[in-house]
Amino acid sequence: MATAFKHTEDEAIEAARSVAYSMPIEDIDMTDSSRFFDNTHWAFFERLRKEAPVHYCANGRFGPFWSVTRYKDIMAVDTNHAVFSSDAHLGGITAKDQDDDFILPMFIAMDQPKHDVQRKAVSPIVAPANLAVLEVLIRERAQKIFDDLPINEPFDWVDRVSIELTTQMLATLFDFPWEDRRMLTHWSDVATTDVSSPDVNMTRDEQRATAIECLVYFTGLWNERVNAPPAGDLVSMLAHSPATRDMQPMEYLGNLLLLIVGGNDTTRNSITGGLLFLNENPAEYQKLRDNPALIETMVPEIIRYQTPLAHMRRTALQDTILGGQHIKKGDRVVMWYVSGNRDETEIENADDFIIDRARPRQHLSFGFGIHRCVGNRLAEMQLKIVWEEILKRWPMIEVLEPPVRVQSAFVKGYERMMVRIPG
Amino acid sequence: MPRVTFVEPNGTKHQVEVATGYSVMEGALNNSIRGIDGDCGGNCACGTCHVYVAAEWRERTGVQSGMEHDMLEFAEGVREDSRLCCQIEMSDALDGLVVHIADSQH
Repeated sequence: MATAFKHTEDEAIEAARSVAYSMPIEDIDMTDSSRFFDNTHWAFFERLRKEAPVHYCANGRFGPFWSVTRYKDIMAVDTNHAVFSSDAHLGGITAKDQDDDFILPMFIAMDQPKHDVQRKAVSPIVAPANLAVLEVLIRERAQKIFDDLPINEPFDWVDRVSIELTTQMLATLFDFPWEDRRMLTHWSDVATTDVSSPDVNMTRDEQRATAIECLVYFTGLWNERVNAPPAGDLVSMLAHSPATRDMQPMEYLGNLLLLIVGGNDTTRNSITGGLLFLNENPAEYQKLRDNPALIETMVPEIIRYQTPLAHMRRTALQDTILGGQHIKKGDRVVMWYVSGNRDETEIENADDFIIDRARPRQHLSFGFGIHRCVGNRLAEMQLKIVWEEILKRWPMIEVLEPPVRVQSAFVKGYERMMVRIPG
Repeated sequence: MPRVTFVEPNGTKHQVEVATGYSVMEGALNNSIRGIDGDCGGNCACGTCHVYVAAEWRERTGVQSGMEHDMLEFAEGVREDSRLCCQIEMSDALDGLVVHIADSQH
């Protein structure tokens, strides 16, 4: 079963390889989301790593930009925040610029010193003491979700497990009204939709209206919590911390969306990805069954292999040289985490899914430097719990057909994946 | 070969040899010392090799770099004697170094 569906994807991937290596290299534009939809981007990145590791695309979908595709070069950009800015006013952290008249100020899209002040206000929620409390709640919720799954009948893993679990986790973090929690998923999905794509049905106005709806709802929660004693949820922290209690509404919205998106579909897509990779690599699945302690090293490997955010973007604050190329002040520089994570010169057998690597956290999926994902240990903890609970219950969950992927060069994920639990 | 003693939060000590030129973090990873993660591989880019340098060693180990300071801003339990131990390079002058591992890394 598992090998049959992989074969279909393999053909498309190989066909793309001939295109990747025969087309003029200057025409390669990896912001083309269709290559992510059909999972055929691999050979393009491979060619760029080999032949043009710092590559200028003059006619990108969203304008001209540089692609950085090797692990070491990505690390060099990520850690050089003095030269490579994340500022929303220069375009922000995605290949596509943030709209000028609807800039969402989030700390991921700020430079020092403001970034540091805001991040410090938020990071206590994922500090070790809090993680230990969250673990209990997350496990309880995971157990309930798994206990309710159908046996011997096809269902959509994305909807029943990946979305449900991470939505519940997010609702817990915000102490969000439980019965409305699917609104968090909705807001996250809308916030990351590429409304400029001809294949997408949403308008810019619809996207903005949804963002405002999110702000209105959370403003209600803020008003409740600011007048109550400080509590351990994220809204209360933001409302009480001196660093953030005087935030403007758009800044509050920006930080909320950051936490909803950053804490939501990334983990969701790793939960789906892990099951897919084990099905594609039955020997690894067997290794896991034989030794569940391997969950510890499997989790970061899943995150590497999935690379839930395919890229992060910066803007050069001054002329600089990278990989022998002359980057000009104002140039857009895109770090392709999805490519760096498969860089053979840095990671041995990079294209293989191996659940017991010696240094499994050697990957770019969380980024590095001052913007490194603040929730990284929380993400890992969720995945650990998911796999512990799965292995307690079932030796095998079958993926029935190739998943439907998200059409985005930013969010690398799954819309649907049909599975069955044999019983 | 110079030696480093890693002290866990609960007081347990581990003394290991770390060759000159290797960072204290690499010494920890190569000797499977729990509590030091070193996710970024020594690039001063993740903050997960946080230690406290024992008082008598502080002068000899030197001070935090700018980047180290920036990364430590987001670590937990940061104190004056905090260092990211991927930035401490072993030498004979540091033979006998003692570092205390932070409660957690993230």
